[in-house]
Amino acid sequence: MNVYAILAIYKFEMARTRRTLVQSIVAPVISTSLYFIVFGAAIGSRITEVEGVSYGAFIVPGLIMLNLLMHSISNASFAIYFPKFVGTVYEVLSAPVSTVEVVAGYVGAAATKSIILGMIILLTATFFIDIQIEHPIIMLLFVVLTSITFSLLGFILGIWADNFEKLSVVPSLIVTPLVFLGGSFYSTEMLPPFWQSVSLLNPVLYLVSGLRWSFYEIAEVNIIVSLASITAFMLLCFSLVVYMFTTGYKLRS
Amino acid sequence: MNAVTDPILTIRDLNKTYAGGFQALKNINLDINEGEIIALLGPNGAGKTTLISVICGIVQASSGSVQVAGFDIVKNYRKTRSMIGLVPQELTTDSFESVWSTVAFSRGLFGKSARPDHIEKVLKDLSLWEKKDDMIMTLSGGMKRRVLIAKALSHEPTVLFLDEPTAGVDVSLRKDMWNIVEELKAAGVTIILTTHYIEEAEEIADRVGVINNGQLILVEEKTKLMSKLGKKQVTLDLTESLTAIPSALCDYSLELSEDGNQLIYTFSTGGDRTGVTALLDDLKLANIHFRDLNTTQSSLEDIFVNLVEESS
Ligand SMILES: Nc1ncnc2c1ncn2[C@@H]1O[C@H](COP(=O)(O)OP(=O)(O)O)[C@@H](O)[C@H]1O
Ligand SMILES: [Mg+2]
Repeated sequence: MNVYAILAIYKFEMARTRRTLVQSIVAPVISTSLYFIVFGAAIGSRITEVEGVSYGAFIVPGLIMLNLLMHSISNASFAIYFPKFVGTVYEVLSAPVSTVEVVAGYVGAAATKSIILGMIILLTATFFIDIQIEHPIIMLLFVVLTSITFSLLGFILGIWADNFEKLSVVPSLIVTPLVFLGGSFYSTEMLPPFWQSVSLLNPVLYLVSGLRWSFYEIAEVNIIVSLASITAFMLLCFSLVVYMFTTGYKLRS
Repeated sequence: MNAVTDPILTIRDLNKTYAGGFQALKNINLDINEGEIIALLGPNGAGKTTLISVICGIVQASSGSVQVAGFDIVKNYRKTRSMIGLVPQELTTDSFESVWSTVAFSRGLFGKSARPDHIEKVLKDLSLWEKKDDMIMTLSGGMKRRVLIAKALSHEPTVLFLDEPTAGVDVSLRKDMWNIVEELKAAGVTIILTTHYIEEAEEIADRVGVINNGQLILVEEKTKLMSKLGKKQVTLDLTESLTAIPSALCDYSLELSEDGNQLIYTFSTGGDRTGVTALLDDLKLANIHFRDLNTTQSSLEDIFVNLVEESS
């Protein structure tokens, strides 16, 4: 195991975050605050409660999920896309590192950033509303699993993308709609039965539902189902990354 | 087998066809000895970078094998890659990192524990010490090239690849670089460099390999190559111009200049007898006199151009 390499990549990526601190941390905090002001205060004052929880509190897990997904994907995809784009990836390709080590470095760093971000958003939320967390361990587990999984997905995206357009299309055209339609800001019980069933096809629903359960014990699907699906998706993404790296897909001509 | 005489690098039947169907390497076979400096010469697009990239793990071979110190580059990539340092042809550096951190990063990536004293030495040897805290983005092209060399040397490789290291490089960097190459050679490092500048190969290489169209045309010790394929010319400035080469001299490969004022005699440096003495005697007999005599020797460049022309 080349531990020095994992640490080198991890530190390199974390240093990159420090340089872009505003973009990485401050921007999401501001946008989260705006969500609370608009959804929580303005609209929430009309919607008193959803399933026994105040509307402001109800949207917190969804907001955290939205940020985890977007930032895991964009951080990890950029981390590998950029070296590929400027050519510095030659060094990683010629280094005595295994796929697992490369992934541990890049995805580990991207996931770390997302987890920190998730916690900052949670903290920001407490300035606006009272939050109780029924199952903090499960909440943390969910945040960690989601961050790792979507960082893996971002890594795949970064390897696959051969231009900036492809890089930004997945987060904005796929993830954002899925998050908004996945019950982040409403309960699917508010929808007609047909759309309730359609919502069950949205993978993000399982994540939001699971995270919300860890907060308030309210869920659209069983927590076990949520945990199982995120774990399965993580393994799938991991296998795909290993496959891509081992075959040299888009990395080694 | 005796470890001392085993080649450090063994390339066998190596082929590379890129995805588009272009064959960049055709059945390359090459042994490189430990501690030697070998220069790979070849025109643009010959396949030099492709060959290096396969050995370093950046490009996958289509068939054939490469061993470094007896280890296969695919099966034992950890062993082989940790022995290799690569200075790439393109100036591909990070932008926002400092010189120090990018060099330290390379060392870590190659699985070595931190050794600030070593990195300090590398940076000082490359006149980068004053710049160690500067952002790479702010450096000139020459300085960036130095950073790439420093990165390659950060993990103390035993085999060093320099892919066109002096393309577009100023005199002082060339000097620094050759000093480092000498020092590394003295320490037993094997150096494989590619270049367009034949003087460079002439200056520092022990052996020369010529690549053209993906084929390794020949590999030869530099001195042997030059004596085997090198030619010498004697130019005689005649006191009286000639209109044609006298028939008495037609056994010699002589050329007469356009104006008839010079006789040019070309001979191979490889032969035991050059025929110069006999020619001079015969000139006297033919009553041809000359004012002056010049000799020129073909450089590696001429040899190279001939080889490449022959092969294509
Ligand atoms: N990734 C690639 N895909 C397709 N063709 C390539 C690729 N890289 C290099 N080539 C082609 O392979 C040939 C050899 O290139 P290269 O090894 O860079 O030559 P050299 O370093 O001797 O100039 C060239 O014709 C080049 O166009
Ligand atoms: Mg080249």
